[in-house]
Amino acid sequence: MKSLAELQAIRDKARTQLNIRNENEDNIRVLVGMATCGIAAGARPVLNTFVEECAKRGLENVTVTQTGCIGICQYEPVVEVYVPGEEKVTYVKMDAEKAKKVINDHLVNRNVVAEYTIGAYSK
Amino acid sequence: MYRSTVLVCGGTGCTSSHSDKIIEALNKELEKNELQKEVNVIRTGCFGLCALGPIMVVYPEGAFYSMVKPEDIPEIVEEHLLKGRIVKRLLYKETVQEDSVKSLKETKFYAKQKRVALRNCGVINPEIIDEYIAMDGYAALGKVLTEMTPQEVIDTILASGLRGRGGGGFPTGRKWSFAAANDADQKYVCCNADEGDPGAFMDRSVLEGDPHVVLEAMTIAGYAIGASEGYIYVRAEYPIAVERLKIAIEQAHEYGLLGKNIFDTGFDFDIHIRLGAGAFVCGEETALLTSIEGNRGEPRPRPPFPAVKGLYGKPSIINNVETYANIPQIILNGADWFASMGTEKSKGTKVFALGGKINNTGLVEIPMGTTLREVVYEIGGGIPNGREFKAAQTGGPSGGCITAENLDVPIDYDNLIAIGSMMGSGGLIIMDDTTCMVDIAKFFLEFTVDESCGKCTPCRVGTKRLLEILDKIIEGKGTMEDIDRLEALCYYIKENALCGLGQTAPNPVLSTLRYFRDEYIAHVVDKKCPAGVCKNLVQIKIVPDKCKGCTLCARNCPVNAIEGKVKEPHVIDQSKCIKCGVCIDNCKFGAIVRE
Repeated sequence: MKSLAELQAIRDKARTQLNIRNENEDNIRVLVGMATCGIAAGARPVLNTFVEECAKRGLENVTVTQTGCIGICQYEPVVEVYVPGEEKVTYVKMDAEKAKKVINDHLVNRNVVAEYTIGAYSK
Repeated sequence: MYRSTVLVCGGTGCTSSHSDKIIEALNKELEKNELQKEVNVIRTGCFGLCALGPIMVVYPEGAFYSMVKPEDIPEIVEEHLLKGRIVKRLLYKETVQEDSVKSLKETKFYAKQKRVALRNCGVINPEIIDEYIAMDGYAALGKVLTEMTPQEVIDTILASGLRGRGGGGFPTGRKWSFAAANDADQKYVCCNADEGDPGAFMDRSVLEGDPHVVLEAMTIAGYAIGASEGYIYVRAEYPIAVERLKIAIEQAHEYGLLGKNIFDTGFDFDIHIRLGAGAFVCGEETALLTSIEGNRGEPRPRPPFPAVKGLYGKPSIINNVETYANIPQIILNGADWFASMGTEKSKGTKVFALGGKINNTGLVEIPMGTTLREVVYEIGGGIPNGREFKAAQTGGPSGGCITAENLDVPIDYDNLIAIGSMMGSGGLIIMDDTTCMVDIAKFFLEFTVDESCGKCTPCRVGTKRLLEILDKIIEGKGTMEDIDRLEALCYYIKENALCGLGQTAPNPVLSTLRYFRDEYIAHVVDKKCPAGVCKNLVQIKIVPDKCKGCTLCARNCPVNAIEGKVKEPHVIDQSKCIKCGVCIDNCKFGAIVRE
């Protein structure tokens, strides 16, 4: 170890993996439906995209977690986003590419991607 | 990048209830479900709630599974890790809520705790240095070496008010300043990890759960006093702790956080491990130094104190594991932060190992000034079977008891001494109304008699005589003069023994005499043991009116001491009875009593 900067670099790199162990209630929560219906429709790549992209961008205020079936199996993969103090947004028929857009637009810039929401689909 | 992390406790408690098998089963099931790249399994140190082990926590949900068995793993993997449905039946009951999982921090056991020394235990993987660094590990060392002078380090520790956590409570900063003031070609930093009090496992848990914190703190101490070498004296009975220390030292070397020219500042420091063979006296600092030098672990007279003439005759400091565990946090957060916790003369937190007659057996860290009532009834979850609190023993065989009337005294160094007990290293054994205080005094005295090194007469012979008098009382042959002689001999040993072991050995007797003299008198005058423990003074009898003649007691008696016909009252043959109490536990009609 030659410098504080070197230590800091190791710290920052290891930090992303440890963030998951913080239970922070002010975090944005992203719930990916991972019941049988979700998995069959391709929820796993969606979940993994959320996890990896958030880590890559260093989004320490986002908790990505999985949930069971919420009963709208025809719309799977379903992703629910809870921003503290705001109404829940439900995205449907998700895939990895759409997930990236949601991260960029919604999680980072706080603009709901209206076209992917359940409201847009059921019209 | 893992989407989920599973922490499995790898402390000694959970390891002995086979948490290693759980990790094995987890890895197998994850592979079967092709989840091994998505789920990270980590073996951590102690979570503290040892009574509920083996313990497993799944993040990001923070689901706290308790008493997990290897056969539960397929269900947890398939339901929770694959499909996202938490397995509620295996959750720690207090965390179960209608629609979500209650955070562990909100449970009664954790809510009143404040984790400083234990902050990484049960959070990081102790065998990966990066995880320690991620929790700001080694940042304090970096700050000390690049921004502070040795004197500034000592001043910070002094200002924090940190006192030795091994039991004595000597201000750590003063110890360091004495050693720093003595010029020598070589000085040493020692870590006392020879935790020997029966029922105490605070230091073991820190070493198992966060070994790097000790290495970092010792290196900081080395810089402060001008030492380049350190020794950790750890019990050989702590194999997991020793193993993790070895791994930690190796990793610190690889990263250049130990060794030559640390942080390119020209400062060198190295740490060696010495294994103790399990002699209690080696926890006494001068005996510990003698043992590190390769000699028989016997104490030597002080002065000279180790700060003047310590290891190999050189100025040395000796601090206990928990003391070191506080140091990096004090450097990073400042002396004021540390001094803001606790009471006027006892700053910070203290770790206690809760044991005995208590529901939540385990490890707790509380701010100084918390009352024993909060520890027992809130954090500890109360006394099992609705029994009543009688006393708590602190300081192990060197300490004394705290009685029910002192339940609301804020716990700190000075208050505990004022009520005839002591802080000790942190063993906290809870006793209920089925505990005989004379028997407890005998238990601790047997320990010190065994562990006396034999160098000085008051301890070697005196404690043996104390034990003989206690035995006489317990057998029902004692007299009132015996109680007086017992007390006189206690004071004589306290004044004349060479080291801390002998000087404190009579404490359990003195403190039980102070608060429970009536129990001693009951043994001597009435020939009765009020708690029904001392076998010679107890008779187990069947109340004829209540006995239904079900024969259950007779069938369970291990020595066939119970006779009687079916549906007729039974009788115990007192000459055969060994007073084991199995009949009482088995009787469904409450017909058998201890008198």
